[in-house]
Amino acid sequence: MDKLEGKTVTVYIEGKPCQVKAEQNMLEACLSLGMDLPYFCWHPAMHSVGACRQCAVKQFKDENDKKGKIVMSCMTQAAEGMRISIKDPEAVKFRAGVIEWLMLNHPHDCPVCDEGGECHLQDMTVMTGHTYRRTRFKKRTHKNQYLGPFINHEMNRCIQCYRCVRFYNHYAGGRDFGVFGAHDNVYFGRHEDGVLESEFSGNLVEVCPTGVFTDRVFKKCYTRKWDLQTAPSICVHCSMGCNIIPGERYGNLRRIRNRYNGEVNGYFICDRGRYGFEFANSPGRIREPYLASGDVSSLAVEGPDGKNKKILAEGEVLPYLKTVIGGAKGIIGIGSPRASLEANYLLRKLAGPGNFCSGFSEAESGLMREMISILSGGPVRTPSLREAAMSDAVLVLGQDVPNTAPMLGLALRQAVRQKPMDRVLRELKIPHWNDYAVRDAMQEERGPLFMASVTGGRLDDIAAGVFHAAPDDIARIGFRVAQALSPNAPRAEGPFSAEALSFADRVAKGLKEAKRPLVVSGTGMGSLALLQAAANIAWALWEGNRNAALSLVAQECNSVGLALLGGTGINDAVRAVEEKRADTVIILENDVFDRLDLPGAEALLRARQVIVLDFLPTHTVNGLPKNHMVSVAGAAVVLPSAPFAEGSGTLVSSEGRAQRFYKVFSAGRAEESWRWLRDLMVDLGMPGSEALFSPDEVLSAMEREFPAMRGIVEAAPASDFRIDGMKVPRQPKRYSGRTAIRAAMDVHEPKPAEDADSPLSFSMEGYDGQPPSPLISRFWAPGWNSVQSVNKFQSEVGGPLRGGDPGRRLIEPSKVKQASYFTDIPGPFAPRGNEFFVVPLYHVFGSEKLSALSPGIGERVPSPYIALNTEDAKSKALSQGEEVRIDFGVVSFRLPVELDPLMPRGAAGFPFGLPGLHGVVLPAWGRISVPGAGAGGQAVE
Amino acid sequence: MEGKNKQNQRKRPLTGSFRADGEPLDLVEYEKAGGYEALRKALKSMAPKDVQEEVKASNLRGRGGAGFPTGQKWSFVPTGEDAPRPRYVVANADEMEPGTFKDRILMENSPHMLIEGMALAAYAIGAEHAYIFLRGEYVRSARALEMALAQARQKNYLGQNVLGSDFFSLEMHIHMSAGRYMCGEETGLLNSLEGKRAMPRTKPPYPQVSGFMGKPTVVNNVETLCNVPHIIRNGAAWFKSLSLGQDGGTKIYGASGRVKRPGAWELPLGTTIREILEGHAGGMRDGYRFRGLMPGGASTEFLVEEHLDLPMDFDSLQKAGSRMGTGTMIIMDDRTCPVGMQISLQSFFARESCGWCTPCREGLPWIVHTLNAIEDGQGEMEDIDLLLEQARLLAPGHTFCALAPGAAEPLLSGVRYFREDFERHVREKRCPWGEG
Repeated sequence: MDKLEGKTVTVYIEGKPCQVKAEQNMLEACLSLGMDLPYFCWHPAMHSVGACRQCAVKQFKDENDKKGKIVMSCMTQAAEGMRISIKDPEAVKFRAGVIEWLMLNHPHDCPVCDEGGECHLQDMTVMTGHTYRRTRFKKRTHKNQYLGPFINHEMNRCIQCYRCVRFYNHYAGGRDFGVFGAHDNVYFGRHEDGVLESEFSGNLVEVCPTGVFTDRVFKKCYTRKWDLQTAPSICVHCSMGCNIIPGERYGNLRRIRNRYNGEVNGYFICDRGRYGFEFANSPGRIREPYLASGDVSSLAVEGPDGKNKKILAEGEVLPYLKTVIGGAKGIIGIGSPRASLEANYLLRKLAGPGNFCSGFSEAESGLMREMISILSGGPVRTPSLREAAMSDAVLVLGQDVPNTAPMLGLALRQAVRQKPMDRVLRELKIPHWNDYAVRDAMQEERGPLFMASVTGGRLDDIAAGVFHAAPDDIARIGFRVAQALSPNAPRAEGPFSAEALSFADRVAKGLKEAKRPLVVSGTGMGSLALLQAAANIAWALWEGNRNAALSLVAQECNSVGLALLGGTGINDAVRAVEEKRADTVIILENDVFDRLDLPGAEALLRARQVIVLDFLPTHTVNGLPKNHMVSVAGAAVVLPSAPFAEGSGTLVSSEGRAQRFYKVFSAGRAEESWRWLRDLMVDLGMPGSEALFSPDEVLSAMEREFPAMRGIVEAAPASDFRIDGMKVPRQPKRYSGRTAIRAAMDVHEPKPAEDADSPLSFSMEGYDGQPPSPLISRFWAPGWNSVQSVNKFQSEVGGPLRGGDPGRRLIEPSKVKQASYFTDIPGPFAPRGNEFFVVPLYHVFGSEKLSALSPGIGERVPSPYIALNTEDAKSKALSQGEEVRIDFGVVSFRLPVELDPLMPRGAAGFPFGLPGLHGVVLPAWGRISVPGAGAGGQAVE
Repeated sequence: MEGKNKQNQRKRPLTGSFRADGEPLDLVEYEKAGGYEALRKALKSMAPKDVQEEVKASNLRGRGGAGFPTGQKWSFVPTGEDAPRPRYVVANADEMEPGTFKDRILMENSPHMLIEGMALAAYAIGAEHAYIFLRGEYVRSARALEMALAQARQKNYLGQNVLGSDFFSLEMHIHMSAGRYMCGEETGLLNSLEGKRAMPRTKPPYPQVSGFMGKPTVVNNVETLCNVPHIIRNGAAWFKSLSLGQDGGTKIYGASGRVKRPGAWELPLGTTIREILEGHAGGMRDGYRFRGLMPGGASTEFLVEEHLDLPMDFDSLQKAGSRMGTGTMIIMDDRTCPVGMQISLQSFFARESCGWCTPCREGLPWIVHTLNAIEDGQGEMEDIDLLLEQARLLAPGHTFCALAPGAAEPLLSGVRYFREDFERHVREKRCPWGEG
């Protein structure tokens, strides 16, 4: 660690003494003090390189030095007694000169540029006072490239700050982007037109200080920043809990921007999070409540999918549901790891605790229980993403981090820099912020990152060691590592290959020598042994190092929250229906075909009444069409629930961090699921339901009922929170067209919608200062219209937001003196001659269902395949691309073979969650055959 | 004859032993002229520290342009048990300064001298690897050096356990540059050597601490390194006595332009400009009048008539507001348009800008556009002030490296001494030197 950390020094700025942190450079110091100092190439997460020369200040030797010299504040370490001036006339003139240079070639196309209105270059130009164009020469021009569905390229606007290449290549590890050319002909792009490969490419939009890289999805329905209605939200596309700002105009969700949270996502989000939102604008969205079967056929109209349905009018919904539920002989509620805590909790209330099924698959339910018990019952803490990035040794045990938790992958890319960075600072005295000097000194030196996984992955390029094996064998390696770290850990008996033993020894050594070791695993492989092995390693480390950390990746945005609520397994729910203990099933934002094998799902949906709350027409809503192996009827009653941006609620991330997301806008008759359920409970006259009227009341009730939820109400201010009696506006001060926006329909300006549920208002009026961090609807400060304004919201640049970063951690380790190790060590993986052990393989674009429905992401979703070890394929005379039949007994698929030399023998990889690939819960044994003419069953879809 | 050669070699250690036919000295010839005696001596009787001390005492200053004391430069390399390894010595043979051709002469004629100098430098700082970063066009030098490297390896002047010592091994390689002016800047050179873009690095950290591949590295100019064997063989006191001033040794001075005998000559450091210009270069060609000169390459300030009696050494030229640079002067005559000459200079610098920092990348092309407008008769009087303003904004410290300040030096001094010529372009709306 930086030995200057924590020290402060006194510097003199314009002759006035200021206390600043000793490890900072003077640009960071000035910005942290709230001063305005323009910059381009410096980025708070990527630090200084001294390229743009925009942050020049005058430095004086001492108080008698009147002449001074120009220095770049970003390249000048704060030091006791240092004297600088921002206002010095020569410095002011030089900074204006830099802008003038940058403007020599910058097109004057702000009115048609997507960056306009939130452009850092605009802001800095105004700040330096450069207003008049003196040059009379032609501007240089460039050709633009096609960079894929996410990013628009307009190179003429480039001011060569080098941030893009520094982010894409150096920070995020991308390889298909670069800087070309020299002198005033420098080009940033790919070697040829093509899709940017990195799953972090969307950050270029926010990293670029002007309009070279802009949001291509947003471009389809562009709106100025000042015309977007925004509210703080949480990404729903994985379990990391990244903070986001969705923006809406005219009832459409337009874009997602990063919302800085120093502990979680910092300055970046992944492309799944940024571009996955389009599902919410899908034409297939369920926007009205309707009846879909049986007793309404006489009234039915034909829906777009050819099904008969009857739309329920405003006053019809609750009375109808009241009849259905009133007449039910037993209700089962199926919750969902992608629905809010509030919705799950109210469903549990409505159905009764004994009748609430979590909605996980049976296996995942057990995994999540174990995960919670490891994190709260064991002695080792789970780190935030910021802390994970500070780890100096990492073992990833069986989890495909880049594809299931991309931002954790990005954090691990930073973690491998920690150990060499410590050395560079200690031995060479190079400050951490001197980015290129640090990188030049480190070269390819990396801290230990060990990857034990089923097959190759996107962190292997920076790993110190890679080991590929079946999940059980990876778990065994894990137990072996634990054994090497502590005599108290159980012994993992052989046989182990020599390669496995040497890998385990290196891992144990790497972790043991580290100051802040981290073990990463998760539920992705569906293996309890993996979780337990990871826990054993972390606990064994903890015996010698209290800083050891354990990060477990859950599957979905609220898996952890749901697990804290408990609930029965889904097989119990099926049994209850089969045994006629219940005839009515209420399914909350869940597709049971993802949670159950095909026969199980079929049995569950055979209940007399199936009520589904969801926003997209899943198979659970529509049933499976007749041309499937089996035909299953879908829901009888469908209620339109609100996707994340149209509702409010609380999610708990893998870190155990409870965070609130807020409704950005209301659209049509979609309501938050918790509101449908609440109204139903009230209508049914259920006791206690009137005390669950507001989200605050729901959260308080939850907190009272579940000790594990203690603190959840503090995740964000209560709905009656006001600042000087005012709410926090969702619309920017310059939001335009309020009086005209509906004029085509009605000349009378409607009253802005009320929001009783939160301290936010659906209007421009309200408190225009900085609200508490969970309520930040957008980053903006006077003179800082771009995302760079986040500086103004932090207690110091790159540090926490003022008043602390949003969210409340619900899970902390127990204070046990000794970990109670898991002792159930699996035997070696035993391939079967005629069957393959089929494990899920994840794809950042495709394995998460909601985002995969977004057209932009959809372009990046791979085609289905079945991955086989090359030798296994050879022994069955199968070649690359050849179509095979994989038969799970309950369901079978026809898929092309993908040869994978890294895949363990006897195992096969099945792309998780891809469209059409459902009806089987993985891992599972499957039989592979070559489909003969007329033989074999039909693939699902 | 023999005696005269010896004397010649004592007075002109760098060039005195050259063959008359311009072919490179092979190993036998080099050894006959005392070659590798210094390396033997150092390995036999001197500790690395002693070599450093001797070079320090000789007052050898860097011949690449900046004139930094060589021994001092070496002394910043961390030593001791825990000091990082490997360490590197790099010869900066990317001689790309316009008008400069002194290193080429040394490498083409006496390649072993460079190799021996590098071996001594490597011994002095404990380096085990050495690279010659050679300008891409220097094919003749490359051929000479390759021959010499092979011979030196064979005789164990290079390789494992040099000359049977059990404490010094050295591998040496030639790297042919792909050709950018920036590669002459030592950190740009290191980036290029690592296979990266030839962009300069920030200092500190200096290469001696974090250089090639992040390890301690000394980068020295070819001429600098070639002096080292002679210092070690003949001693610091002898070396100092070669010079007319404080700084030790001889200097290869050069002259190009419309002089009678353009060329390069090894002379005592501190020889006056007049002696070089009028004595060795033979004065201006008939029909040409002297107007000014850039004393040490394209990035040094113009000097004029009044400066001709200055000694060509680091400090005297600095006092006169210029720099000795590489010591190879470019002479401007009265039949050359000063604006046109600036266009040629500034176009070079603008083209060779690496594109990293704003002032250099954007400022230099603006200067070129403006100069072109003046030359084409499209100039305005304010343009001359704009040139001065831009040149002042390209001051050291304002830019990332010394390239743009180096470009500003001839521009500022050019406008200062030849302003009337610039104004004539604007007034007459044409180039007075142009045809017709």
